[in-house]
Amino acid sequence: MSLIAFWGAVELGLVYAFVAVGVFLAFRVLDFPDLTVDGSFPLGAAVTAVLIIAGVNPWLAACVAMVAGAAAGIVTAMLNVRFKILNLLASILTMIALFSVNLRVMGKPNVALINADTMLSPFYGLGLRDFYVRPLFIGVLVVIAVIVVWRFLESDAGLAMRATGANARMARAQGVDTNRQIYLGMAISNALVAFGGALFAQTNGFADVTSGVGTIVVGLAAVIIGETLLGARGILIALIGCVLGSILYRIAIQLALSTDMLGLQASDLNFVTAALVTFALVLPRLRRGGAA
Amino acid sequence: MISVNNIQVIFGKGTPLQKQALNGVDLTIEQGSFVTVIGSNGAGKSTLLGVLAGDVLPSAGQVTIGKTDVTRKGTAARAGLVARVFQDPLTGSCGALSIEENLALAAKRGEARGLVAALGPKRREHFRARIAELNLGLENRMGDRMDLLSGGQRQAVSLVMATLAGSEVLLLDEHTAALDPGMAEFVMNLTQKIVSERKLTTMMVTHSMRQALDYGHRTIMLHGGEIVLDVAGDSRKELQVEDLIAMFRRIRGQTLDDDALLIG
Repeated sequence: MSLIAFWGAVELGLVYAFVAVGVFLAFRVLDFPDLTVDGSFPLGAAVTAVLIIAGVNPWLAACVAMVAGAAAGIVTAMLNVRFKILNLLASILTMIALFSVNLRVMGKPNVALINADTMLSPFYGLGLRDFYVRPLFIGVLVVIAVIVVWRFLESDAGLAMRATGANARMARAQGVDTNRQIYLGMAISNALVAFGGALFAQTNGFADVTSGVGTIVVGLAAVIIGETLLGARGILIALIGCVLGSILYRIAIQLALSTDMLGLQASDLNFVTAALVTFALVLPRLRRGGAA
Repeated sequence: MISVNNIQVIFGKGTPLQKQALNGVDLTIEQGSFVTVIGSNGAGKSTLLGVLAGDVLPSAGQVTIGKTDVTRKGTAARAGLVARVFQDPLTGSCGALSIEENLALAAKRGEARGLVAALGPKRREHFRARIAELNLGLENRMGDRMDLLSGGQRQAVSLVMATLAGSEVLLLDEHTAALDPGMAEFVMNLTQKIVSERKLTTMMVTHSMRQALDYGHRTIMLHGGEIVLDVAGDSRKELQVEDLIAMFRRIRGQTLDDDALLIG
């Protein structure tokens, strides 16, 4: 694997770290299996790309993308909380609908951002080579996001959200409006995922309606790899695990695809992903000494 | 103070399984009074507790806690007035959170929750001191996950949680039923201590007639969704478990076939 390919994998891992943290919030904190992310990731990319082309400041475009993602999360939460649709099904409905929404937003399946100003533009040409600039820049954003989410989850408000996912009946008895927590959590989760999509569009120079396929698996893979490596030792460690898992996942994929010996090609990506996630799920069991 | 006026609760209304769980219950519990509630399965005691806690909204009647009419308020909305310990230790506390996180959650019961760190040094010290009073050695395990504790330890911590934030009433829902006899006694003594120290208005639902007479100031018995016995003061002091069973038989007009009432 070349140096450029390695840093490219790290960069993509850092972009998807936002997805991983979002998935962690939904799946682990709220115990809400949310597939909306397959739609909110390209939604973030689409909104950002369209706004940047319209001349909007790329930072502002990314913020609008987050709002759009939050709205998608709120729709899923509403389907579940208000209309009592099973959480998984509610998220699938939103995800399917978002495919059409994303096409409408872009007006076509694919929008290119060639020569457009992005959040990274001011940092190119400062002496550092581009393939270092991108992971460094995104890495800083990831660190900020992790710290914010960590402090939130360890605050009074965050504790209410964690209790909602872990024991809703107890949370209500303690005065926590669990429905509101689901709305809030799904909004934050999908805002983070959409921000990941916005970064994806800005670093890769395009938004594509199909780029969301499998986002949930990638996010979940990162969460599970992180948990397997670092174990359950508090919120901060879990969040660091999400980031680490996301990066390692990309490096593992890159390794698998670039090793000629295995004879894999790009189209084998989904299979490799499935194999990797399965491996990460089985590993803790194997370590405990045999199947349970 | 708790005031319940002409409460009607009907489950499965309009279906063949329609059941009148509470039928015109009137009850007033004075400030600082400790009332025990007994009754066989299906008598309506859990429903009455649910009506006070907000889990069950009555189809008719009025519920007042303190000075607030809470008839239409859900569990979360009235949590500031109601502290509660559940029968199942797993329900009353959060296994996935640490002991001190559970306490932090309970300390903000019924209050707005902001972005302040849930476990600042001051709060930590306060929680530690409160847990140390239990003499269970848990003060050295404040960071441990709640699900590492035994059922009795969890109920003891739940009692502390119930008193961290102010409340008008304390509801105890057969909170020693899932414990071994030794731990049940420990939790009951702790309950007694906390209730008398803090002069809490308390309602305790219990399966044990012994407990119902030994603790508190007043005992009521429910049957078929109605209050069939309400004793306090001297007449209650003279009452024995056997009398209670005899009374229960008379009221029911049939032989007592529920062993659960005799236990304890």
